[in-house]
Amino acid sequence: MSEPPVAIIDGGGANITSLRLALARLGHEALLTTDHDAIRAARHVILPGVGAAAAAMEKLGASGLDRLIPTLTQPVLGICLGMQLLGEGSEEGDVACLGVMPGRARRFTPAPGRPVPHMGWNQLQATPGVALFAGLPAAPWCYFVHSYALPVTPATIATCDYGGAFAAAARAGNFLAVQFHPERSASAGAAILANFLSRY
Amino acid sequence: MRFRDHRVMGDILELARRYRDEGADELVFYDITASPEGRTVDRSWIQRVAAVLDIPFCVAGGIRSVADAEAVLHFGADKISVNTPALANPALLDALARRFGSQCVVVGIDSHEQDGAYRVYQNTGDPARTRESGRDTAAWVREVQERGAGEIVLNCMNQDGVRQGYDIAQLQMVRPLCSVPLIASGGAGSMEHFAAVFHEARVDGALAASVFHTGTLHIGELKSYLRTQAIGVRS
Repeated sequence: MSEPPVAIIDGGGANITSLRLALARLGHEALLTTDHDAIRAARHVILPGVGAAAAAMEKLGASGLDRLIPTLTQPVLGICLGMQLLGEGSEEGDVACLGVMPGRARRFTPAPGRPVPHMGWNQLQATPGVALFAGLPAAPWCYFVHSYALPVTPATIATCDYGGAFAAAARAGNFLAVQFHPERSASAGAAILANFLSRY
Repeated sequence: MRFRDHRVMGDILELARRYRDEGADELVFYDITASPEGRTVDRSWIQRVAAVLDIPFCVAGGIRSVADAEAVLHFGADKISVNTPALANPALLDALARRFGSQCVVVGIDSHEQDGAYRVYQNTGDPARTRESGRDTAAWVREVQERGAGEIVLNCMNQDGVRQGYDIAQLQMVRPLCSVPLIASGGAGSMEHFAAVFHEARVDGALAASVFHTGTLHIGELKSYLRTQAIGVRS
């Protein structure tokens, strides 16, 4: 028996093939959809996102998903831009976001030895005891690709350092979010996805 | 991994798995069948690679349009790398960055030193067609960033294939011009060469092919060594 499908919210344009394949490796089929009923019915929902915040919010707004997502009650995982969209807003295009998590995404400032985008492997400092990181070392390596990030807030469950600490993962009620790409973070990322699907 | 279509897919998947398991941080696939002008190629191999890889990977070769890039990314690649087509049509880089974001637009630069000047070469996938592009390496490094490149792989041709070490002098020249990640390519022959390029040229990554394909170096052992040299690499 395969596991129930995971709904991946189709924000348009985002390349979700690698996410689908990562879920398939864990035995989960994924349903890419904008259908409100299908999303509401799913056991788990993932909000991915690659691209610019303002364009992504516009896209969500066009199908009413900007109003639906904050009302979801099952576990929801925002990934990369999807994490920033769950925050209050973004400097990128000066846009209001979904507001289910505290913080407003800010752009990194490039510096010698610290190019932007922040692209590559970096270590998390995970809050002990958080189920999303069960079975992982305290400072797992994950793969990041981003120019903006949410600041550290009381919702932060893992930080990462790139010229200062930023929120690498956060949780507010049933909403979880990771700034890195678990689908591209080797065994650590697979464990995080598996924890999301089995422990929430 | 550089391959033509006569190389059976099983080999590619096997190599992808092997490097994944050895601890590679990222893989680059040079699809040289895709390079000759005007050929339509079957890119479905990318999805088979994507299914086994849980690390990022980049596809290089034959990406001449936004549509080409879209196909590659749709099959699950994380990044596309453009080389000769960007020299022929630099505006392609602006279009790719606008459509997909700079984070997945890698520019490969094949640079050759002659009489103290660094020049960019094109069509390097085919020795019979390789020629100097008329561009100065430093100027091209600046231009591709202005056009939206999110990463530069600098392949130093004088060193390529000879395993005498990365071209530290050239990489040091390019480093301050490069505010996006800079990846060293060409010349790796020993573990010490990797340590040197990180320490002396401050690159963000080091790419190698033949030393891994031949089994001269094992990626896991290389990374253990780099940690002893105070270079932070993923464990």
